[in-house]
Amino acid sequence: MPSSPSSPQQIVDHLFRHESGKMIAVLTRIFGMHNLSLAEDVMQEAFLKAVQTWAFDKVPDNPSAWLMTVARNKALDIIRRQQHFQHLSGELAYHLQHTTESTVRQLFLDTEITDSQLRMIFACCHPALKEEDQIALTLKTVSGFGTAEIARALVTNEAVVQKRLYRARQFIKDHDIQLEIPSGQALVPRLETVYTVLYLLFNEGYNSLKADELIREDLCMEAMRLCLLLTEHKVGKQPGTFALLSLMCFQASRFDSRVDENNAIVLLQHQDRNTWNRDLINLGYRYLGQSSQGDLLTVYHIESAIAAEHCLAPSFEQTNWRRMLQLYDLLLEEKPMPVVCLNRAIVLSQLGHKDEAINEIITIPDIEKLLSSHYIYSAVLGDLYLQNGDMANACKYLTQARQLTASHAEQQLIREKLQRITSNGNPQAN
Amino acid sequence: MKDFMFIFSNGSSSGQLSPEQMQDNMQQWFAWIEKLKANNTYVSGEALLPGGKTVKGPKGVVTDGPFAESKELVGGYFIIRAASIEEATEIAKDCPDLPLNGNVEVREVMKFDNM
Repeated sequence: MPSSPSSPQQIVDHLFRHESGKMIAVLTRIFGMHNLSLAEDVMQEAFLKAVQTWAFDKVPDNPSAWLMTVARNKALDIIRRQQHFQHLSGELAYHLQHTTESTVRQLFLDTEITDSQLRMIFACCHPALKEEDQIALTLKTVSGFGTAEIARALVTNEAVVQKRLYRARQFIKDHDIQLEIPSGQALVPRLETVYTVLYLLFNEGYNSLKADELIREDLCMEAMRLCLLLTEHKVGKQPGTFALLSLMCFQASRFDSRVDENNAIVLLQHQDRNTWNRDLINLGYRYLGQSSQGDLLTVYHIESAIAAEHCLAPSFEQTNWRRMLQLYDLLLEEKPMPVVCLNRAIVLSQLGHKDEAINEIITIPDIEKLLSSHYIYSAVLGDLYLQNGDMANACKYLTQARQLTASHAEQQLIREKLQRITSNGNPQAN
Repeated sequence: MKDFMFIFSNGSSSGQLSPEQMQDNMQQWFAWIEKLKANNTYVSGEALLPGGKTVKGPKGVVTDGPFAESKELVGGYFIIRAASIEEATEIAKDCPDLPLNGNVEVREVMKFDNM
């Protein structure tokens, strides 16, 4: 019975979620990728048993080991039930049974669990799957999210998530995708896909599209947890992995400063840098250091260096914008994408090149389409016009940005800027 | 004060809950039991393993599973102390499995010295 009557028993946050990822990975390694749903049933049963017995009795000292033992025994039961050795001699049947069972036990050892999880990550990030399907499948099988939880995290509905999961699973079945870690030539591109999925997962949380929640911390934490898992395995212990993890640490260090107590956005220049999480920043530096062991320079190295530059600056005004511009030049070469151009333009304007900054944005290929579909382009462009005193254009793009974003906090921020323009009287005047 | 038995069936054992929801449900059970212990309502309780056997009739015919349908499956029971069946029923309304379509059967335990 629980010891202290005043405080109910507590177990670690997200324990079931994390254990479910482990269980699914190991069980799928036992039953095969084509039996993913069998693995899920076994997991469900193991948790049920925990819910029932722990509530009536007490939480075991090592809940994680307890759950894994239950899962292992259930797996052994299934194997015993399905083995038919009638056509073999008793001796051979005994040997086969014995070998199978010891292999299963082996797979439940800690080192093998990590290995299985990594295999599962690689399988979910199969390059032939669509990005959105990769993310949904990773959240479901590796991270233990339910369908409703995935839908909430990705700001979509359950039917869409179910469709993505179904499509991904069907693909895995049809193409007989194995739970394995690619080796040799195949490893590098596959690792890159894994990085992309983790990067997208983190971004999804960092800039949530959700109306009332700017940051979905659990998604960011999940991306970081998986990235950390990668660094702990010989296959994933690569410069790129450390660079990505350091980037996430730097970005996550500002979580508490980005939103104020009224859920309003606090811009970088107004953030209290004392509230940045020093532990995460230090971790970021440590991983960035580890990422430079090797001759590989990934985009994550550059992005992390940019994030580190912000963390280094004692104040917004003291940011080393020249160094920033060099890093963005480098990033643009490696990743010639509109969003990089956009951020580079912001740095240009900080260096005083305001016309050039606007010009950089309006010459992005297909900019009209971007301006009318992604709020961030209109928001930045409107802001640059505002700084330049071009109130008509500032009004136009800021209004457009406000209409494009679903986030209440973003809308509020833009509304305040627009009010400042109109309260200055003539929108055409400075 | 009288003793009452809460018999829990269905509830968290049915449907597809996500691991996070299951953990949340368990945490609610912990809190509920703690509350009942703190105000001296809780007497004892046990969980029951799923499955079981039923022995029927004069011939003692044994069938698998105590119930025809798995949704009637009893997951466990509590003995609690309350002044009346009404009070016991009120207490049962806090059962964390009710939102998950669980059932609680509330029965008074017969005391022979009262007869």
